[in-house]
This record gives sequence, structure tokens and C-alpha cells, in this order.
Amino acid sequence: MDIETYSLILSALLFAIGTVGVMLRRNVIIMFMCIELMLNAVNLTLVVFSRSLGIEAQVFVFFVIAVAAAEAAVGLAIIISIFRHYELVDVDRFNLLKW
Amino acid sequence: MILDFSSPIDYLWALLPEVVLAVTGLLVLTLDVFQRGDRSGPSRAWVRWTAVAGVLIALLANGYLLGIEAPLRSGMIAMDGFRVGTNFVILGATLLSFLLAFDYLRREGLDVGEFYFLVLMASVGMMLLAGSRDLIVVFVSLELMSMSVYVLTGFNRRDPRSSEAALKYFLMGAFASGFLLYGIALLFGATGSTNLALVTSEVARGTADGNLLLFAGVALLVVGFAFKVSVVPFHMWTPDVYEGAPTPVTGYMAAGVKVAGFAALLRIVTVELAPAASVWTAILWWLAVLTMIVPNFIALAQDNVKRMLAYSSISHAGYLLVGVVAGSSMGRSAVLLYLAIYAVMTLGAFAVVGAVAGEGDSRGSLADYRGLGWRRPLLGALLAVFLLSLAGFPPTGGFIGKLYLLLAAVDSGHVTLAVILVLTSFVSYYYYLRVIWKMYFEDAPEDAPLPAVPGATFRFAAVVAAVAILVAGLFPGRAIRTAEYAGEDMSPRQVTPLSQPAAPAGVIETNTD
Repeated sequence: MDIETYSLILSALLFAIGTVGVMLRRNVIIMFMCIELMLNAVNLTLVVFSRSLGIEAQVFVFFVIAVAAAEAAVGLAIIISIFRHYELVDVDRFNLLKW
Repeated sequence: MILDFSSPIDYLWALLPEVVLAVTGLLVLTLDVFQRGDRSGPSRAWVRWTAVAGVLIALLANGYLLGIEAPLRSGMIAMDGFRVGTNFVILGATLLSFLLAFDYLRREGLDVGEFYFLVLMASVGMMLLAGSRDLIVVFVSLELMSMSVYVLTGFNRRDPRSSEAALKYFLMGAFASGFLLYGIALLFGATGSTNLALVTSEVARGTADGNLLLFAGVALLVVGFAFKVSVVPFHMWTPDVYEGAPTPVTGYMAAGVKVAGFAALLRIVTVELAPAASVWTAILWWLAVLTMIVPNFIALAQDNVKRMLAYSSISHAGYLLVGVVAGSSMGRSAVLLYLAIYAVMTLGAFAVVGAVAGEGDSRGSLADYRGLGWRRPLLGALLAVFLLSLAGFPPTGGFIGKLYLLLAAVDSGHVTLAVILVLTSFVSYYYYLRVIWKMYFEDAPEDAPLPAVPGATFRFAAVVAAVAILVAGLFPGRAIRTAEYAGEDMSPRQVTPLSQPAAPAGVIETNTD
């Protein structure tokens, strides 16, 4: 196997770790970090593809980084807004609405 | 007018409705900054009506797009009847949500410029998403739409339910974006381009050692969209988010996000990825079956009307998926027609629910609707029309929409789906009619508070919406012809084969079994 295949497997593993993290962890901040891990795994995939398929993928990576930054701003604002009500960040305790 | 994109200004004309809406959004935000400080002053109305005027101008600009011919049809944004059609639906939904939201926003103390700004930005995202022919544009516009709606969901900061809904929506939405993005990356890996026209020709040529990549990419893309338009089994967030969000936002979300999501899904899956039909048809077929059956049965057990409507909205995603699976141009027309009717009736239903709920959004259970039809005849009659249309009774628009979806499904040989659609619709009659029964055939207790009389704007917009639904049901010819035109006029697939003739649709063999 060549370096590209290894890198693709690595990014798939990172993506899987992020996915499992979102599903298993209950702390909102950790879940959010796992989502960021998923996005960065995709970035790695795109960079690997850009070796053989051209610069377009690297352009895409910049878009993803910018969007992820905006998403972090919105996400943390929402977390602060809910922290003001509950004083905690554990999703299992947010149960006004049946989950 | 013919655009050849020789000068940069041509791009501005091609994107006119989106540009108008984005500029209006920024204008509203700026105006609002200068209006801060006197919450009750008449100046506040300026902000509101600027937003409404912006949407009206964008509607005109969108009509102007109809007269434009663009020979170059492989750009990042489509220039075709389907885009103009979905733009009309999205702009109409935005206008209707504004007009129906004023009362609620004033009552809950949320009537600030940011609301209009966020809705306008979400609409820009929706319109770009519905017209995008490039995977980068798909991702960016989807995120623009989603992030505006996350914030709108948590807009009522004083209400913990609103914040909780926003958090759940954000976590699930960002999670889904991850899947969608990975799908896009794998699709890029399989085809070597993010331009959907080039992706199509690559897929059609059956290149790519990447059949596994292609399969995984398309599957992840579909999963990402399934989350966004709340398809079973990716619907868990929907009831909570719809229940917790401020009611006008719920209506806007149920209408707008679904329209944009389904338009993008239709374009990407049934047009651009038509050569890979064997991959997605099987997935979407099962999703459609699940999405029609599961929520219709769960809705039977709900006694919060807002939550019941949330499940009803999930089940409508199932009906719409039937049209997507059909995949023909008739299927696309049927989905577009149903989306237009669905947007109006769901916005209307949620608006009445918001009006009935009263101060603090507190009265939403089925028992609060007892006797409403006699105590507030207008609200009762409006809700009855919207619910009957959601259920699909003649002579409402909902009936025509469902009928056309059925015809499209049978026409393309998906008889099983058509049968399930009819049977689950029968199940849904129970929970829609139960509300109407409560409104007209049960008496309210003596001490039950009476919902406030809605304002003039609300009455006007809601009556127009109800009349539109009845007209679409009684005289559907024109609406159907428009939808047929839009469903057929899609940007064609890239026809230039690079080295060998393009393979006909469905040739690619993938390991789907």
C-alpha cells in the first residue's frame, strides 16, 4: 500500500473516532470537540486527494476551516446560553423536552 | 436578455434575488443598530417593513430571472426553471413567516432586528443551496442556512426550552454536516471534481477505480441530507427542536429548510447523480418507507399540538421522498408542487398554534384547543383548513399535491411506495381530525383563558394562505403546469464525453447487495 492509502485509512479512523465520540460522550464541550475532529478528518482526506487530483481540494479545505470557525462561534454561544439556565454542560440533564 | 458571463456584472444579474436578500439583511442589521434604545418607538416598524420590502423586491428580481437566458449551463449555480421555482417557494415562505411572526415576536419581546437578519440570511443560504451545482457551494450554503437557523432556534434566550432546542439542533446539525462533508470529499476522490456537471460525466463514464469511494460518498451525502430534512431514522432531533423553538421559527424551519433540502437533494441525486441511480434508489426507497410509517404512528400518541405537528412534518418528508425515489421529471414536478403547498400549510398551522399558545408560549396541549372553533372562529377555521390540507382532504391543495406524488410514483413503477403513502395518510387522519374535533365538538371549561385576537397583518397573511390552499385544491391547473415546467427545465447533464460516449443511466455496477 502506498502513502495515500495509509493516509485515507488514517483519516477514516479519525472520522470514526469523532463519530463514536459524539455518540458516547455526554459532555457538550467534548461532543463539540469530536465534531471538530470529524471535520478535520475530512480536511485530511481532501488534502490526500489533492496529491493526485489537483489543487481544488486544498481550496475546499480553506472553506471548511472558515466554516468550522463560524460554527465554533455559533456553537459556543449556544452552549453559553444554555449554561446560563442550567449551570452545567451535560446533555443527559437537559430534559425539558423529551430527547 | 442573454448572459454570456463575459463581464463580471453578469454574475450579479444571475444572482440578483440572492444579492437583494443579502443586502437587505445587512441593511436591516444596520438600521437596527441606529434604532436601538427605544423599543416601543414607531421607528422599530421601519426595520420590520424594510425586511418585508427586501423580500418583495427579491421576488420581483426572481421573476426577472425567468427572462434570462444563460447559454453557459455548467457553472456553480444553476440558471434554470427549477431554481427560479424553488426560489419563489423559499421567498414566499420567508414573506409569509415574516407577516405571521409579528404578533408573536411582539408578545414575547423578541421583535429585534437580528431576527429579520437571521431569517434573511437563512433564506439566502436556502436559495443558494437549492440552485447549487458545485459541491463547495452546496456545503457553504448549507452551513449558512443551518447556522442562521441554529441561532433562530435559541432566539428566546429567556426560555430554557428554546436554548435546549438550539443545543440539540446544533449538535445534531453539525454532526450531520460532518457526514455530508465526508460524503462530498469521497465523491471528490471518486471523480476528481467538485463541479457537479463534471462529477456527472465522470460517473457516467464509469471511470474511477473508485466504485467503493463513489458508493460510500453517495451514501454519506444522502445521510447528511437525511438529517437536515429529518428523515427516519435520522429524525430524533426534530420533535424536540420543533417543540422548543419559538413558534414562528418552527414554521419557518419546517417550511424553508425542507424546501431547500429537498430541492438540493432532487438536483444532486436525480439529475446530477442519475447515472449512479442504482446506488441511491435502494437507500432512499427504504428511508421513504420508514419515514412514512414511523412518525405517523408516533404522532397518534402526542397531546402537545406543536409536537404532533413536528411528527406530521417528518411524515411529510416521507411523502416527498416518494417523489425523489421516482426520480423522473414528473417526480421532480410533484415534489416541487408538494413543497410549495406544504410550505404554506405548515407555516399557517404553526402560526395558529403560536397564536393559541398565548403569553410565554404556555398553552399547547390538545386540551387547550377545546371549543376554539366557537370562541375564536377565525383561528379555528384557519387551523381547520391547514390541518385538512396537511391530512390531504379534497378540495385542499394538500390533496392535489398527494395525488400528483402518487401519480409520479405509479408512473415510475413504485407501486408499493404509492400504496404505503395512501395507507399512512389514512392513519394520519386520526391525529389531524382529533384537533378539529376538539375545536368544534368539545366545550372549553369556564375558566379557560381566551387567546388574544390576532393583529391585522396576521389575519391578512393567514387568510391569504388559507385561500391560496383552497384555490390550489379547486383550480390546480395553473400550479401543476408551473411545477411541470420547473421540473423539466433542469440544467442538463454535461454532454461532452471526454474520450468515449457517455454511458446511459444506471450502467454503473456497484456492490449494492
